[in-house]
Amino acid sequence: MSMPFYVSPEQLMKDRADYARKGIARGRSVVAVHFADGVLFVSENPSQALHKVSEIYDRIAFAAVGRYNEFENLRIAGVRLADMRGYSYDRRDVTGRGLANAYAQTLGTIFSSGGEKPYEVELFVAEIGDDVADDQIYRLTYDGQVADVQRYGVMGGAADVVAGYLEERYAEGASLEDAVRLAVSALGHTEEGDRVIPAEDLEVAVLDRTRSRPRKFVRVMPSRLGQLLGERGPTEPNPESEAEHMAVPADGPEGPPFPSPVVESGDEPPIAPPS
Amino acid sequence: MAGHLAGGRLPAAYMVPGTSSFADFLAGQAPDLLPSRRSLPPGHAADLAPHGTTIVAATFPDGVVMAGDRRATMGNVIAQRDIEKVFPADEFSVVGIAGSAGLAVEMVRLFQTELEHYEKIEGITLSMAGKANRLAALIRSNLGMAMQGLAVVPLFAGFDHATGGGRIFSYDVTGGRYEETAFHSVGSGSLFARGALKKLYRGDLSESDCVLAIVQALYDAADDDSATGGPDLTRRIFPVVHVITADGGRRVPDADVADLADRMLAGRMTRPDGPQAGLS
Repeated sequence: MSMPFYVSPEQLMKDRADYARKGIARGRSVVAVHFADGVLFVSENPSQALHKVSEIYDRIAFAAVGRYNEFENLRIAGVRLADMRGYSYDRRDVTGRGLANAYAQTLGTIFSSGGEKPYEVELFVAEIGDDVADDQIYRLTYDGQVADVQRYGVMGGAADVVAGYLEERYAEGASLEDAVRLAVSALGHTEEGDRVIPAEDLEVAVLDRTRSRPRKFVRVMPSRLGQLLGERGPTEPNPESEAEHMAVPADGPEGPPFPSPVVESGDEPPIAPPS
Repeated sequence: MAGHLAGGRLPAAYMVPGTSSFADFLAGQAPDLLPSRRSLPPGHAADLAPHGTTIVAATFPDGVVMAGDRRATMGNVIAQRDIEKVFPADEFSVVGIAGSAGLAVEMVRLFQTELEHYEKIEGITLSMAGKANRLAALIRSNLGMAMQGLAVVPLFAGFDHATGGGRIFSYDVTGGRYEETAFHSVGSGSLFARGALKKLYRGDLSESDCVLAIVQALYDAADDDSATGGPDLTRRIFPVVHVITADGGRRVPDADVADLADRMLAGRMTRPDGPQAGLS
């Protein structure tokens, strides 16, 4: 009879967190920025069909990094929840806070349950109000934690580097033009040097309170984006464009799937698969 | 609603990819919210609730116009003077309703959510024919109630980017869907409105002339049908008019409709039957 290894809860959670974090770090970053008229999302995403930023409801948008199939399921669930609530109550009763809560409960339950692999995703849920003070961005991590994002937020692969760039240059109450320029140059910034990302490789969307229609979400198309960005010098696509793992199956090429133990260094004990 | 989110976690059914239809999703998750899933006791329910009356639509070279009068009736009583019966379905289409008013408004809300839901899930809007078919399916599922007197008869119109022009669809209570050319009208005053448009309509009308022709037709409907409301001059209540072109849909501001109505009425002061068509 085989005896299962004992694994402390701390270790189990740490391993699950490491697993999720590694998956998220492989993708490219998404930036969300508060600006004068709402919230701006920018990500480097050469695909025109597989979106990282999407509309949920009138004033609510969703952005995600990580494993595409997982965040796409969460996005669809969010649209269904919002439409269901708006249909059974009223459009005004659909709130970003309610949606962020539902996501947090879902991600948290999945993360701490033994039977499911943790989601390798991080989300922004943004909601705009009637003026800047009412705008909200929630950041949700793979384990269901919720944080309120002030000024700007970055998630994904090179989040720290991009956030460092934004920290130095972010200004309150910027125009859309300034905010787009800042966010795009932040995404092109690396410790080795700066890169000009081609406009067609960018996915840009805004929640814009100046729109007259109730639905405030709008994608910024490449032609308009070109005008907003102005002259930027020669462009340079991402050298690691193959590294994007938007559509790889759950058992991707990165190694054995959870819950097989992944031991990086000798000082971490092997863990038993959760049963 | 709280019942749909037991424990705070999104239910598994929400996370399952598959249907892009909100009505199908509702049928699985909250069938009590679907207007067609209500069971009525036997009997005739037509006199229990107000009825909406006349809707008129006509195309012009750049798009399509739809308008509705503002009256809802219950038997011989005017139930509401300023009801709105024409609604934007999405950015490029509009739906007007005649029939049992409460049910019709609910069905419009479901249809609006259906179109928006599809657009958000799929990232692309339905084709014009696709939208018209979805509406047909919603009407078809209401047949049981229609047979008990709670019929809903919509008129659907919109700008079709594929054909580059306005299109109009009419329906019957069984969900039959019929594409109309040039103009159409539904509701109790529709015969008179259609008769008026036959004489007034031309394919080359400008947007404002097309709106005026429709306002004239609604006046003729109100003239001969007691359930259709004419312009209410003392309360300044005028028809709801929506115009849809390649740039999207908009409601014509009340002040503009009021101006048109005043012009029309000035003409009718000298000739109460309205503009005269040539004989040949």
